[in-house]
Amino acid sequence: MNQMPTRRSFAQVLLRTVTLAHGGGGKATKDLIDDVFAREFDNEFLEPMEDQARLVMSALAGQNDRLAFTTDSYVVTPLFFPGGDIGKLAVCGTINDLAVGGAKPLFLSCAVIIEEGLEMETLRLVARSMAATARAAGVAIVTGDTKVVPRGACDKLFVTTTGIGVIPAGRELGVGRAEIGDRVIVNGMLGDHGAAVLAARGDLALETALESDCAALHELTEALLQAAPGTRFMRDATRGGLATLLNEVAAASGVMIEIDDRRLPLREEVRGVCEILGLDPLYLANEGKIAAVVPAGEASAALAAWKDHPLGRDAADIGVVTTGEAGRVTMRTLFGGTRIVDMLVGEQLPRIC
Amino acid sequence: MKYVDEFRDPQKAAILFSEIHRLVDQIAPQEPISVMEVCGGHTHSIFRYGLETMLPRGIELVHGPGCPVCVLPIGRIDDCLAIAEQRDVIFTTFGDAMRVPGSRKSLLQAKAEGADIRMVYSPLDALALARANPEREVVFFGIGFETTMPSTALTVLQAEADEITNFSVFCNHITIFPTIKALLDMPGLAIDGFVGPGHVTMVTGAEPYQFIARQYRRPMVVAGFEPLDFLQAIAMLLTQFAEGRCEVENQYARVARAGGNEVAQEAVARVYELREFFEWRGLGSVDQSGVRFRHAYGRFDAERRFAVPNLQIADPKGCQCGEVLTGALKPWQCGLFGSGCTPENPQGALMVSTEGACAAYYQYGGLRQGVSA
Repeated sequence: MNQMPTRRSFAQVLLRTVTLAHGGGGKATKDLIDDVFAREFDNEFLEPMEDQARLVMSALAGQNDRLAFTTDSYVVTPLFFPGGDIGKLAVCGTINDLAVGGAKPLFLSCAVIIEEGLEMETLRLVARSMAATARAAGVAIVTGDTKVVPRGACDKLFVTTTGIGVIPAGRELGVGRAEIGDRVIVNGMLGDHGAAVLAARGDLALETALESDCAALHELTEALLQAAPGTRFMRDATRGGLATLLNEVAAASGVMIEIDDRRLPLREEVRGVCEILGLDPLYLANEGKIAAVVPAGEASAALAAWKDHPLGRDAADIGVVTTGEAGRVTMRTLFGGTRIVDMLVGEQLPRIC
Repeated sequence: MKYVDEFRDPQKAAILFSEIHRLVDQIAPQEPISVMEVCGGHTHSIFRYGLETMLPRGIELVHGPGCPVCVLPIGRIDDCLAIAEQRDVIFTTFGDAMRVPGSRKSLLQAKAEGADIRMVYSPLDALALARANPEREVVFFGIGFETTMPSTALTVLQAEADEITNFSVFCNHITIFPTIKALLDMPGLAIDGFVGPGHVTMVTGAEPYQFIARQYRRPMVVAGFEPLDFLQAIAMLLTQFAEGRCEVENQYARVARAGGNEVAQEAVARVYELREFFEWRGLGSVDQSGVRFRHAYGRFDAERRFAVPNLQIADPKGCQCGEVLTGALKPWQCGLFGSGCTPENPQGALMVSTEGACAAYYQYGGLRQGVSA
């Protein structure tokens, strides 16, 4: 038989909502995957539609390079918020988890759990957003899965992405590597994502122009490592915010970290939201912010490299690694007083009066 | 932020700090001057801005009972749970109260177990829920001092006007004045002066505090909640000491007027009456320190509408909140502080909310304690 390799034709989903049949594993499932996801993600690794993506090892890495491998689930509500959506978040978040380890992000998987009744158009928009975000970052979504669950068993749509990247030989970043005298830098305004999503929920009757900072940060991490090769550590300040991240560094490195209230980059709107709701911006989630610990001698080069990039324009040197109580994070307040910046306990709930 | 940053100006703060140092030097007290900030909002500001670490040694701050979440007794939380766990109830509350432990669990745990408990930002949000869910009973957890009392009262008046029948309030509103008096009546109380609660005063005016200066000979300065407000109030108190005066002064005149807010006072007087007594966590029962709905508004009173256990439950063993509240102990001198009692697993009232002295010390403070303890 003379088989010509032809491009598959995609089936089309005509229904307006996702039903349990789309999770049944039969034709409807295949149509959903084809029409909503494969059409958007479209790449040579996904194209054969096998049960797994097949990646050539030698093409991935050179001598002593290491594989970076990470996974994350996304359950944000609302699904669409100013500055992003669950799809963009799921791609950027996992890219960032790779990038902060010094890796070049290469491949993602995408697993979705869909609540029956979700509008097909919503799902399409999310898939399109994932595809566009991945493409812009030079990353391919190469494998995936869909499940549909009965109404009430999940909230509209949950997305899990797993990522693979390559850490070039010689890069040794670690949460326990901060040394006395190192500087702590961030790439811009803190708390935008947390404040924007809170405001977007609509139950606070707050109107703000705030947008989530959701962004893929692999170019920034790369720029930093070029400019400051001695960089000890990077992490994206997501859930738990900057405060939690710094506490992790202080504990793992056995050092004290002192940040300066006057140097924290904060938008007026974020300060306002926090003021009204009694929140502390240090604990608000970010989706496009990294904190890095760099040797003092490389700090100005690091900052300059970040400020050259649109995602690092408001980068700032916010504090220093010091001796003192190991594992402690403190803040020098506006007035020169000092307070402890502890880990977040429970969820950050607004004060009442 | 306009009207906020002006009150956080580091240069002006430096001027006030040096004024405070100068006054303390001038007074040259033998023992540190002990100042109680009554309101939890002040406690929060003091720690958030690290103000305590910058005051001279001649001033000691005692963090008072003005955090309504902290002083809520365990039994009342159990009553909340009894209401919230009824099948047809939507129980609404301010976020702070979610984590307060009852004898078996908190509202947060009850929510996880399936009770329909929702966080709201205003009692009007609860009333809106009642309108939207006519087949359910919506209960609002009314909590707070004179600051939040009027908004609950006005919501009940609105519910009455709109003839809403599925809305009620579990009323735990309390009044600060009898409790300050009870504190002042305690033998051996070592408090020389007070920083008064600005937002309570916004509603009540300054008149109800006069007994503190006249009868008990302690000066008070009513203050706002920004750092400069607090520092100015401390400087004003010290000036009174230096000049040998003993008065109730108002630092927060931009918000709190001498007569208070008459509309709010009317709503409060119309809806509530004083309870004979009310229990405060850490302090025990204080006469006439709580309010409930008058008979005419009884149908909005969740305590009359639902069967609640209404039991008194003792604080956990070893809990020394009472001593901390009266200034007899510093938070870290309590045997449970930081070991048996932490913000994740609070035993005592003062560890529950970030406005509680112990939680504030645990999360923000502790820096000076290493030096002075």
